[in-house]
Amino acid sequence: MRLFKRRHRHDHDELVCREFVELVTDYLEGMLPEDERARFEAHLAECNGCAGYLEDMRRLVASLHETPEPPVADDATREALLAAFRDLRG
Amino acid sequence: MDDESQMLERLRAGDEVAFAELVDRYDGALRRLARTFVKTNAAAEDVVQETWLGVIRGLPAFEGRSSLKTWIFRILANQARTRAVKDARNVPFSSIETDGGPTVDPSSFDGDGRWASAPERLDADPEAALLSAELRAELLGAVDMLPDAQRAVITLRDLEGVPATEVAELLDITDANQRVLLHRARAKVRAALVTEVQV
Repeated sequence: MRLFKRRHRHDHDELVCREFVELVTDYLEGMLPEDERARFEAHLAECNGCAGYLEDMRRLVASLHETPEPPVADDATREALLAAFRDLRG
Repeated sequence: MDDESQMLERLRAGDEVAFAELVDRYDGALRRLARTFVKTNAAAEDVVQETWLGVIRGLPAFEGRSSLKTWIFRILANQARTRAVKDARNVPFSSIETDGGPTVDPSSFDGDGRWASAPERLDADPEAALLSAELRAELLGAVDMLPDAQRAVITLRDLEGVPATEVAELLDITDANQRVLLHRARAKVRAALVTEVQV
């Protein structure tokens, strides 16, 4: 008989939204331990607010990945670096 | 990786065109990254310059155990740290933020920890798995507002796609630290974009 069932967060207690939002990164990284992942996904299935939050995060990350590269070096910089390359490697 | 080993061969052979390609490929990213370490654009310029010189000098000895990109970024990180110390600034990230507070405003939740009302959504491109063009235009600005360590991690991980373990090594922090910083950075960027939507 378990006396302290309710006290253990890592028991099969349900996750609440306030905890969910702090786990999204670990979830997306695949770093949640098995039992926590199960709780996370159980909550996800039944909470539109959190499902929306996770979807927004996925989109945010995908959008960051898609951000174009900053502009290339200007000609002067490129020339100077090529000259250095020539000197040292040529 | 094949593309990289070809590039490496050409570089070792002294192929200038290859080096020009390398500069075009990474210079911008190096500048962006340098600014997460040092205070001024001028300092960042110096750091990037020194990085490229380090790359040129280091090429003969580079064994290809890591990717060329990671190696170049590592040179930058070392140069930037040296420069930051010289500029009499604390060694970057030596004091990882200990703020373990929630990343979402607690007032968003009720007494039971549930959303008090449906959370604000970010506008999305209906055709793609991306944010709207409008919000995407705000992204870099939002990243720029982040504290240094968070900005460095999100830049490396999400803008540059550098793998987690390499980022931790580059910044000389633990994998767990790196993940905490990433988590906080992403949450802050989201919060900034939500504000944009409201305005």
